[in-house]
Amino acid sequence: MKARIHITLKNGVLDPQGKAIEHALGNMGFTGVDAARQGKYIELDLSHTDRAKAEAEVDEMCKKLLANTVIENYSIELE
Amino acid sequence: MKSAVIVFPGSNCDRDMAVALEKITGQKPIMVWHQEYDFPEVDFIALPGGFSYGDYLRCGAMSARSHVMKEVVKRAEAGVPTFGVCNGFQILTETGLLPGALMRNANLHFVCRDVEMTVENTDSMFTSGYKGMDSITIPVAHHDGNYFADTETLDRLEGEGQVAFKYKSDINGAQRRIAGIMNAKGNVLGMMPHPERMIEPALGGSDGRILFESVINSLG
Repeated sequence: MKARIHITLKNGVLDPQGKAIEHALGNMGFTGVDAARQGKYIELDLSHTDRAKAEAEVDEMCKKLLANTVIENYSIELE
Repeated sequence: MKSAVIVFPGSNCDRDMAVALEKITGQKPIMVWHQEYDFPEVDFIALPGGFSYGDYLRCGAMSARSHVMKEVVKRAEAGVPTFGVCNGFQILTETGLLPGALMRNANLHFVCRDVEMTVENTDSMFTSGYKGMDSITIPVAHHDGNYFADTETLDRLEGEGQVAFKYKSDINGAQRRIAGIMNAKGNVLGMMPHPERMIEPALGGSDGRILFESVINSLG
């Protein structure tokens, strides 16, 4: 089973790297970008067969290490 | 004062910290590798600056989950004076010993220079020696020192005297120009600037030395 985890900065948390990307795209002539936010993508190969268990465990991994919930949100997709 | 410096793979200010502690306390600190589960009893624990684990995932994230940190957290919660500088500050926030988080500098620049700070609370074990000083100068060297916490937490930190230091001018986007904070009990301090690099005139000043001396005095 694969877990795909997206980690993004919470709304309201300043994302200077996202801002730099937004400005760079603007400078390159891509005028249609209103905002850019940078995040992280983590892929895990899991040996689990039980989906519910896997989901609970990955959720715990996110809370305990993969995301810092002071500043970040995360979402998990399993397949 | 018996002290310990915790060393992680990628720490690079551990020796500066050890030299400063030895000069000021007269005792060589013990150096504790991150894979240790236990270490001798000490009066003071220092988490040094650097780029532990290459800043992978988030600054301090991996180190905060290392074996030795379980013991450090236990002792800090029991009241042992615990001090994190720069990467050490990031590690302290990642363990939850200190609130908030340290993010990439708002201007994206690596800031490396002496900065002026105000001491916001001179009643703590770390800062009592700064009484009567309007401004102190201590160097910073960081890319991720932009202190972030929600408004409620910031208000609490300021209201309870947990903000130890503030930059006099904005250098990294830190909320309310916070440079260093303490836990509620006042025995854990995290700060971005490096007092261990400012301990004698030959290094450009000795404002950093006062912090270590304050701790020694508080321990009697």
